[in-house]
Formats: sequence, C-alpha cells, structure tokens
Amino acid sequence: MSEHSGYSDRDLQREVTELQGKSATAARLFDIRRIIGGLFVVYGIIVTIAGITESDADIAKAQDVNINLWTGLGMLALGLFFLAWLWLRPVAPPTPDLDQDAERPAE
Amino acid sequence: MQTPTYPAPTYPAPTSPVHLAAELRLPTNWLDYTILAIYFVVVLGIGFAARRSVKTSLDFFLSGRSLPAWVTGLAFIAANLGATEILGMAANSAQYGVYTVHWYWIGAIPAMVFLGLVMMPFYYGSKVRSVPEFLLLRFDRGAHLLSSILFAFAAILIAGVNLYALAIVVEALLGWPQWVSIVVAGFFVLGYITLGGLSSAIYNEVLQFFVILAALIPLSVLGLKKVGGWDGLTDSLTSSHGADFTTAWGGTGIGSDNPLGANWLTIVLGLGFVLSFGYWTTNFAEVQRALSAKNLSAAQRTPLIAAFPKIFIVFLVMIPGLVAAVLVPKIGTSGSDLQYNDAIPYLMEDLLPNGVLGIAVTGLLAAFMAGMAANISSFNTVFTTDIWQKYVKRDEEDTYYVRFGRLITAVGVMASIGTAFLASSFSNIMSYLQTLFSFFNVPMFVVFIIGMFWKRASMKSGFWGLLAGTTAAMINYFVLYKQDIIGIPSDQGANFVSAIAGFVAGAVVMFAVSLFTAPKPAAELQGLVYGTTSPGMEEPPAKGDDAWYRKPALLGWGAIILAAACYIPFSF
Repeated sequence: MSEHSGYSDRDLQREVTELQGKSATAARLFDIRRIIGGLFVVYGIIVTIAGITESDADIAKAQDVNINLWTGLGMLALGLFFLAWLWLRPVAPPTPDLDQDAERPAE
Repeated sequence: MQTPTYPAPTYPAPTSPVHLAAELRLPTNWLDYTILAIYFVVVLGIGFAARRSVKTSLDFFLSGRSLPAWVTGLAFIAANLGATEILGMAANSAQYGVYTVHWYWIGAIPAMVFLGLVMMPFYYGSKVRSVPEFLLLRFDRGAHLLSSILFAFAAILIAGVNLYALAIVVEALLGWPQWVSIVVAGFFVLGYITLGGLSSAIYNEVLQFFVILAALIPLSVLGLKKVGGWDGLTDSLTSSHGADFTTAWGGTGIGSDNPLGANWLTIVLGLGFVLSFGYWTTNFAEVQRALSAKNLSAAQRTPLIAAFPKIFIVFLVMIPGLVAAVLVPKIGTSGSDLQYNDAIPYLMEDLLPNGVLGIAVTGLLAAFMAGMAANISSFNTVFTTDIWQKYVKRDEEDTYYVRFGRLITAVGVMASIGTAFLASSFSNIMSYLQTLFSFFNVPMFVVFIIGMFWKRASMKSGFWGLLAGTTAAMINYFVLYKQDIIGIPSDQGANFVSAIAGFVAGAVVMFAVSLFTAPKPAAELQGLVYGTTSPGMEEPPAKGDDAWYRKPALLGWGAIILAAACYIPFSF
C-alpha cells in the first residue's frame, strides 16, 4: 500500500462495496413513474377542463389555438403512458445479491 | 442544475442580466396558483417518501448506486436544463440568432458522448463517490483538497445565484418581494434534500423535465404561429438582422465580424472542445447523476441517453428567443424596455392563457429550484465525503456522516441564501459567475484528461496543473482581456480564449512537474488510467443489458451523427 495517499483504491472499493451491501435505496425507493403518471394525469384533467371552458377571447389571444385543450390532452396522454409503463413492467424486487467475491483478501 | 455553469452562454453583457422589465407581470389567477401548489406538494411528498430509502451515506449521497438508466439519463439532462439555461439560451437566440445551436450540437453532444463511452468506466468502475475523490486516487491529497475546496465554493456561489435569479423572475412575474422568494424557495429545497438526499433531487429533476417540456412546447408552437411559421420567422429575421442570423456558421470566418465575437476555430476548439468537455466530463453536479446508476452499463448510458433530448431541446429554447426578436424588434437595445433575458417571460405574458400559463410558471420555478438543488446535493456530497470525512473527522460510523450530510445541507442552503442576497449587490453577476466557473472546469478537465491517459503524470502534477490552469484562465480574463491588452470583441469570445489558455497552461505545467517528481506506482493506477481496469469490476452484464438499444457505442455514435446531421439545414 502506498504511504502517499493513505487511502488507496482498494480502501475505496471495499468501503463502497460494503455500503452497497447495506444500502436501502434499491429495495425501498418507490417508483417515480407512479408520481410522474399521477401528476400529469391530474394536470391533464385540470388543463383540459380549462380548455373546454375556455372563453373565445382567450382562444383568440392564443393565436386561435385552444392551447389549453391540446396541452391538457397531451399531458393526460403522457401521464397515462407512465402509468401504463409502470403497470406493464413493474420493477422486479431486487435480489439479495451481492458480490461477496468482490471482497479482496486482506493485504 | 442549470447551467449558468455551462459553456458560459453569456447573459448578454451590456445589461444586468436578470432584471426584467416592469410590464412583464403575468396575468396569473387561481388556476395557475393551484397548478403551482400541487407541484410544491408533490415535490415535498417525494422528499418524505424518499426518506424511507436512506439508510447509509451511499443512499443519501449517491442513491445507493441503484437507479435505472432512464431515470439517471433524464436527471442528467434536467440538471443541465435549469431556468437560467432556459432564459439564457432564449436570450442568446434573441441576440445571436441560430448560433445558439453551437452550444448544443458542438458544445455538448461530443462531450457527453465522450463522458459516456470513455470516462464512465473509470468513474464508475473506481467506485469514487465524487470527482475530487477520483483526483485523490489518481494524484494525491493536495490535488484532492484543492479541487474539493474550489468545487464546494463554486457550488454555493452558483446555488446562490440561482436563488437570486429565481427571486428576480418571481418578483417581475408574480409580484412577490425578492426576500420572500429567496427564503421560501431556499427552505423548500432545504426540506426535500435534507429528507431524501440525492434520490429526492433526482426524482424531482425528472419530474421537472416533463413539466418544462409541457411549458416550452406550447410556447414555441404558439410563438411560431404568431410570426407565420418557420418561413415567416426566418424571413422576418433575415430582413431585420441580415442573412447570417438564421445560419449556424454564416459570418464565422476568421477575422470576420459577427455579434458573437468568435470565429469557427474558437467555436470548435474553445466551445466545442475545451469548455464543453471541461463542463460535461468533470462537473460533479452532472457526473453525480451518472454515478448513482445501478451498474456500469446504466452509468455509461446516462449521458448518452441524455444526449438525444439535448439535441432537440435547443429548438424549444431557440424558437422563443427568435420569435421574441421578431415581435420586439429592438429587444435588448436602447430602443426597447425589454432585455434579451425577457424573451421567454414576454412570450409567456403575450401568448399563454391561464392554465398553460400556470404550467409555464410552475416549470420555470421548478427549474430554478432544481438548479439550486443540484448544486446543493453535489456540495453536500463533496463537503462531507471529500473534506470532512477525509481531513476533519475520519473513522466515524457511517450514520454520523449521513447526519452530518443533512446538517451541512442546511448550512449550504443558508450560505446560498446569503450569497443570493450578496448577489443582489452586483449588477452583472451572471455572466461574471459563468466566467468564473469556466475558470474552474477547464483546469479540472486538463488534469483529468492528462491523468487518465498518461501514466507518467506524477502525483504532484495534479495539484500544480490545477493551480496553473486556473490562474492562467483568470489572468487571461482579468488582465489581458479586461485591460484590453489583447483585443477580443466580446465577453463570450474572451471566455473561449480563457478556456484555451487555461487548458494549455495546465497541460504544460503538468508535463513540467511530472518530469521532476515521482509517478504513481503502476499497481495503484489500476482502473484509473486508460488501458487498465478496476479490480473487482468484472461484473457480468445485467440481464437485458446486451440488447441492441442498450449498447453504449451505438447510442453514442448515433447521437453524434444525429447532431452533425442537424447542422445541415442551417449551414447552407
């Protein structure tokens, strides 16, 4: 081991591998697709309703495009896409794996 | 994180970059505020939910290295697509026209691909938790400490500027007093980062990305409609600004005059190579997103996946800028109240009805906060694992460092609130800060690239190279440019030259120092230098990772070819 840095790549590998073993993120972090899907479905509904009830003056201001309606429908589609993706391909629960063999023999 | 860090898009120099004209107040109503409130609730909810997953310091700082590639890829691009980038690039387009594409196609894609294909195996395989930690392994403690300190300092300054920029925009658009926005946004970010660490930050970035798209797409579509489509736009611009305005390369011959103050050589080398490689390959707020991926393949694919939206997002920020240049013909000059930075706010006010307006406001605020959050999350990682854990309190239990990470997050946010108020006393802090940050990225990149490809680069050369490169870039800017010793027509041009100067100086010093000092023993260079691999890195590819669409080389080269192809319509 070098006395120069006092902290070699082997130390780091060992430390991080240990932490990965104890890490909880993989097992416990929820799936973001649910949130994105949910939020955009909600936004989509709100904005689509705004589009349906849009006044003519507002539509004229937006270059005669009912932009609320289109954006609302677009967001709704995005939200549904995420929820569908989540439903069709849920994340498999992580294996209690670990590269025990990544542990090097003591120097 | 936004990129005020990124290749110094100049927030057009003449004026104070983020003071918006008074008449930009948006006609927001209860619907828009409801949309905004829902977003805030969701963000905080993500923070609470992510908290359950934090057990170790690796969870808090690097999401346990377990995230899928699509999440890290989108976070990667979202971290870069902050509000200052959005407003600033639109401003750039209003001022320089289609030249803006350079910051994306040549100034980002090659560097991102390089990061994914070449550098990721080293970063990820070595299991470093931060960019400075890599320098520790490759060089010595001197290089490590210097880079950590510089980085931590820059991160807080940038987070503060983001916060200040947010306050100014909110004040102009919504009428909230500056201190209210600074404090509210600051505490908000503090809340969700302290709770859930990097996972919170990343999830919120991914969310923000889609909200931004939902805001910019309608804006661009309506803007184009108003000026008569793409043809109407280019015709109007050509007649008001000349034919070069709507081309990428027109007027960039060496020695010819153009508003950018740069020629094709400084664009390709200064922006395309040095500045952009410096940013994308060593900026920890970006690299951290890739390091949190679940395996090497995912880590490699992170910047590559991000490259594709990056190619196309330019249109969403450029079109509003160009449209603003048409609708407000004298924008940015004394003939109009509006600055270049007002381009997007102006369009929001002019075109969007309540509903989509709420989405746009939410997107903008979300982008500012995410920018601040990305800097805070990289700051707390570097401060805790690189400075505190290595030099101040070693050998504590891992849970101590998680607690400390939370504490330093709070300290960092308070410091950013402080630097935000400090920023308010400068008139042109944005472009100044960009320049400063480009001082830091470029020398880091030189040190990295030489260290990675040249085994003989000695241990001490890292520290001296870093110091020399930073100093050279600063001297070029402050002494040679500001004192008019050499003639560079614009701040932007000066940044490109500073980048080249920093690069050359850093490289020369590294060579010189390496000739006289001891190299690192070859056994310790495993996995840190090109041509070696990390011990313990032979993980079998994960199931499904050998699918054709997951091959890094294909993704990388695909992105480069696509970006090059995009230039074609704008080059002839």
